[in-house]
Amino acid sequence: MASIKDTVLQYVKNEYLESDDDREITYDTPLISGGIVDSFSMVSLKVFLETQYKIQIPDAKASPEAFDSVNNIVNLLKELNIKE
Amino acid sequence: MPNNQSNMKSYEQEYKNFSWEISLNELGYKDGDVINIGEYCTDRICRMGKAKKLALIWEGFDGEEKKYTFDDMRMLTNTIAVFLQKLGINPGDRVCLFMDKVPELYFGFLGILKMGAIAQPLFSAFGSESLLTRLEDAGTSAIFTQKKHLAKVRNIVEQLPSLKHIIVVDDDGSKALRDKEIAFHMDKAERVNEFKIYPSKAETPSVLHYTSGTTGKPKGAQHVHYSLISQYITAKYVLDIKDEDIYWCTADPGWVTGTSYGIIGAWANAATQCVLDAGFKADTWYKFIEKYKITIWYSAPTAIRALMKEGNEIVKKFNLSSLRHLASVGEPLNAEAVIWSKEAFGLPFLDTYWQTETGSMVISNYPGMKIKPGSMGKPFPGITATVVDLKTHLPIEKNGIVGMIALKPGWPAMFRTYWNNKEIYDKKFQNGWYLCGDRASIDEEGYYWFVGRDDDVINTAGHLVGPFEIESALLEHPSVAESAVVGKPDPMNMEVVKAFIALKPGNEKTKMLELEIMNFVRKKLSALAMPQEIEFVDSLPKTRSGKIMRRVLRAREWGEEIGDISTLENDM
Repeated sequence: MASIKDTVLQYVKNEYLESDDDREITYDTPLISGGIVDSFSMVSLKVFLETQYKIQIPDAKASPEAFDSVNNIVNLLKELNIKE
Repeated sequence: MPNNQSNMKSYEQEYKNFSWEISLNELGYKDGDVINIGEYCTDRICRMGKAKKLALIWEGFDGEEKKYTFDDMRMLTNTIAVFLQKLGINPGDRVCLFMDKVPELYFGFLGILKMGAIAQPLFSAFGSESLLTRLEDAGTSAIFTQKKHLAKVRNIVEQLPSLKHIIVVDDDGSKALRDKEIAFHMDKAERVNEFKIYPSKAETPSVLHYTSGTTGKPKGAQHVHYSLISQYITAKYVLDIKDEDIYWCTADPGWVTGTSYGIIGAWANAATQCVLDAGFKADTWYKFIEKYKITIWYSAPTAIRALMKEGNEIVKKFNLSSLRHLASVGEPLNAEAVIWSKEAFGLPFLDTYWQTETGSMVISNYPGMKIKPGSMGKPFPGITATVVDLKTHLPIEKNGIVGMIALKPGWPAMFRTYWNNKEIYDKKFQNGWYLCGDRASIDEEGYYWFVGRDDDVINTAGHLVGPFEIESALLEHPSVAESAVVGKPDPMNMEVVKAFIALKPGNEKTKMLELEIMNFVRKKLSALAMPQEIEFVDSLPKTRSGKIMRRVLRAREWGEEIGDISTLENDM
């Protein structure tokens, strides 16, 4: 089974990059400040995490900072008791 | 020595004595002369002895930095103009700019104008379908884009017989270019010193900016080279641009602010302009201001509110003492944000009001004028404004009564038509007034107070989104039977898109389906158009003739009176 890190990374690559976009995305690549996921699309990423991990992410925790990299997202999920 | 006096010395006096002749004289333009925005923003500035002055300081999200003087810009815009001519682009052809905020976008815009073609900037976050609608309507001949956006163009190129050239500005050979695609590397291309600029006249079309309406497809607001007259003087008076300023307009040139004041108004005033091509992050923005000692900052309420949310402590970590003037555009700037900016930066953000159609600022707050936080300010000198009755379209004489903002046509930057849609253009003018479609009231001191849109168009983070375009996209999803899209109040973005959806039989109302529909719209249209919230309903409120009553849903979201529902067919 894929780790949380890889599941999130794969989702970001599939959903937010065009098929021809060959930019390298790592666990630390800035997603929001790097312009890969814009502030409007963040909502869909939040819904994905909530659906995938059956949680509710409080709006106060869904900040651009918390979503700015795959590693930050994994840390947020840990805070919400979602672990590998 | 810096000059501490504002360019506009007294609003009242200026309003009384103003004539557009002031701008014409300062720009050295006489009736019947050639007027080319590309030339005025580059060659003219060099002739003024400012060839070596920095025109653009650009920084990418990874910290890469590029700097160009006005002479660099003059030659590179010539290079682009020659490149387009060699491709066979003719004056009057539409050339689209579909790129992030890279230098090629800014210089491409001016290069297109220099050779007489019409610049059609489009927001790079648009999906293929949004792009298709706008390129099809404009009959666009060529498009500048980047590798990362190329797939969106490739998806639709077969449906666009007019599109002859796809110019890729950052091709690195990693992927084979296809038919119609051509690489162009601005920084490596030969700089062209001499170029015979297209002799455009006042009414020669210059820019085509697409904007959304309540119904139908987006409309292309067509502007002319004469718009420069308004854009130059409003940038000088409202943004208060002076020779020594370092100016930052955070708007994307895919939207009108990014061209009228992120290109034309700024460079016609010979400003040194900074561009940050990166997503929003408070510390990145503050660092940018500190690093380049930005003096004038023109931004948007959504960004200001996002900074406000980050608090004052982060502001203290940076030296922002270079800032001397702040302005805002895109949606009404709430009083709290004005008060906060005064606290955080020692300066209030001054709200400015205008539209894609107006081409330049029409109602604003001005340096030196008393500011009433939350107010739109007063009409720009040279602009005759009022509010008119919503039904009769006659001016409302009494203060404090809400009507629709209306302007006397004739200011230089006013749009000249909607591309291929003269009929809708004509409807915007009633009783000798241009109707803005926004509601406001005027107080006893002549200040305008924004109330809201007079139609169903959604203003989200300063961008207008048409509900019809989103509803049409939703109907293409296999699970959607019918939908209605409205703006829902949002503390950060003013409004966000909310969709009410009735599903086809056999579909379950699940969170997974909600996500699938969100992503479906995002990829088809854009992230702006993606519903931030979806509510599955069994049916939608309709009139007896079967028309969906968006206003009922909108009123519910805003907690407003629903109004007359005598024609309502069903209860929700």
